[in-house]
Amino acid sequence: MSVLSVSNLSIGYQVSPLEKKVVAADITLSLPKGELVCLLGPNGAGKSTLMRTLSGMQKPLHGSVVLDDVNIHEIPARSLAKKLSVVLTERVEGGLLTAYEVVSLGRYPYTNWSGTLTEHDHAIVAESIRQVGAEELVTRTLTELSDGERQKIMMARALAQEPQVMILDEVTAFLDLPRRVEFMRLLRKMAHETNRAILLSTHDLDLALRSADKIWLLPKGGTLVEGAPEDLILDGTFQKVFANEGIQFDSSTGAFIIHTSLKPIVSISGYSEARIWTQRALERIGLGCTNTPEEAKIFIQVISSGWQVKINGTEQNHSTIYHFIHDLKKQLNKL
Amino acid sequence: MSTIATTPSASQVVPVRLLSAKRIAFFLILLGLVVLFLLLELGIGAVHIPIDEVVKALLGTTESQTTSKIITELRLPRTLAAALGGAALGAAGLHLQTLFRNPLAEPWSLGLMAGSQLGVALVVTTASVVGSAVLQKLAFFSHLSIVAGSSLGCIFVLLMMVSISRYVNTITLLIFGLMLGFLAQGLISIILHFTNQSQGKIFAGWNDGSFAGVYWEQLPFLAFFVLIGIAISLMLVKQLNALHLGEKYAATMGMNVKRSRILILCSAVLLTAPVTAYCGPILFLGMIIPHLTRGILSSGDNKILMPGALLVGAGIALAADLIVHLPWERHFLHLNAIAAVLGAPVVMYVILRNRKIRSL
Repeated sequence: MSVLSVSNLSIGYQVSPLEKKVVAADITLSLPKGELVCLLGPNGAGKSTLMRTLSGMQKPLHGSVVLDDVNIHEIPARSLAKKLSVVLTERVEGGLLTAYEVVSLGRYPYTNWSGTLTEHDHAIVAESIRQVGAEELVTRTLTELSDGERQKIMMARALAQEPQVMILDEVTAFLDLPRRVEFMRLLRKMAHETNRAILLSTHDLDLALRSADKIWLLPKGGTLVEGAPEDLILDGTFQKVFANEGIQFDSSTGAFIIHTSLKPIVSISGYSEARIWTQRALERIGLGCTNTPEEAKIFIQVISSGWQVKINGTEQNHSTIYHFIHDLKKQLNKL
Repeated sequence: MSTIATTPSASQVVPVRLLSAKRIAFFLILLGLVVLFLLLELGIGAVHIPIDEVVKALLGTTESQTTSKIITELRLPRTLAAALGGAALGAAGLHLQTLFRNPLAEPWSLGLMAGSQLGVALVVTTASVVGSAVLQKLAFFSHLSIVAGSSLGCIFVLLMMVSISRYVNTITLLIFGLMLGFLAQGLISIILHFTNQSQGKIFAGWNDGSFAGVYWEQLPFLAFFVLIGIAISLMLVKQLNALHLGEKYAATMGMNVKRSRILILCSAVLLTAPVTAYCGPILFLGMIIPHLTRGILSSGDNKILMPGALLVGAGIALAADLIVHLPWERHFLHLNAIAAVLGAPVVMYVILRNRKIRSL
């Protein structure tokens, strides 16, 4: 069941009455209930324009955005706010409003002229705060909160609008890694438990591939492709879109490749967790692994007390990766 | 689950109520202070009248004709003008600070008062050239034209500041407002230079704000527009709150941003223009009243702040006017002197404390 859908949508800007600047065209997609969808794409592909168009903040150049069988631009602002809520990247100062008051603003489309909350409104505000886990922030003013806490409150506010669709534009951009992981988990939970459609645009490729139910991939100047993260990787679309960005993706390990052109002269034995991390450390100094021992010039064995490194017949034991890498670097010049 | 995950805490979210006992108490205290200052304003002056006599005079039960005359004809209009003016400037300051998202925005610093003054100056000189006799005879229209001139000047400057604020930062905007003020003052002087004596009289004391120029003849015009402005302000509290999150967020929550902005600007004009037309430029009050109200009520919620700013504004203006009219031996004390002594340190404090402004 999709709540929001578009077909043959063109997005962009009306530069002048006669001139249009098309950012992306022929977009056909649907946002299903109860799923977390991540919009990915290189810079300048038009992610923000698409987000603004889908949330009704900007008119499309061609085609229409349909929310609940109605054209989004024909829905009055107040009714739209009851169906769709938005969280933005921008840092909000919030006057001296407390976190609770900011979340209450989510009831804006439901309250009377003075914005007075009913018991029902209070209950929904409290529930929204609980869902994002911000119970201990309620009495603090927004200015006292960290970036992550502020975004949490802005998200609770978006939840208090009781929307069917939530659109979040790079909300994790200014957060640190643990906070980003927490946010992703929270968004998944919200999508699955409350049966809402949640759309997040992000630069966090790795996290998006692991968390999203569906990925929307918007290439520069191309057509938007949608699918499960794994589908897009298996058919090579993902790699193609980001190839020009200098990012390579190893579909066999599911990791991004940072170091290119490795010298495959190392043979590692031992199959513990330590093996993977040893490999990572070697990649950093430009060494790759080989499975044919004849080609190998360096032999490393992961042993219980550390690492045994054999080069040109000389054997040496190291207790930390740092030490044997340090040692290897010196010896590399001689090889 | 790792420790990073949001652990649902057992703590319940206690709904934060709008009216706590503490807030109600603060409001009652503020109201009490306003009433007290009102009575003191009526009682204290060159002729001292005890408070019970003041109350009697107001109720019309006093025996002394002189007391009755001093209170109802001389002091009451001034007192009401001070209360209205202070409330108006407080509300206008709150509007402008929220709309421009600038803690130092107010009718004076943004140049609105200068625009109003210039508007009145132009109306009066135009009237002196074209058919002044007609306008002079119809006092009603003459008052309306003064308020209209003041409003036009105010609207002109306000629209200019709104469009400029998109391109410049907080401090630049204020400098621009102050420059507009100097420009208007210069132009007014030049206009006065070419205006005949009798017409120029209306400008007497125009470089200085004062509530003493308001008599029963002027008060209805001042009160009418200011009360409309206050009524609109009270109806805009929800929109002002949403604007705390910025216009983009406000729009996504269902607010008609364009209409709200226009209403906020209208009430700012309705609150500023009549006060400037009849009381002259009153410095700093519009800026310090919202800050004081936020401090006293420790809230950013305009449902609390707007009524609070009205009361604090009336109280501050009455207190300042009271100091001016204490039975001094010489009468050289001006309202703006008191306002500056109260206001300038607040501005300095806000600039030093506000990270955003300081880093500009």
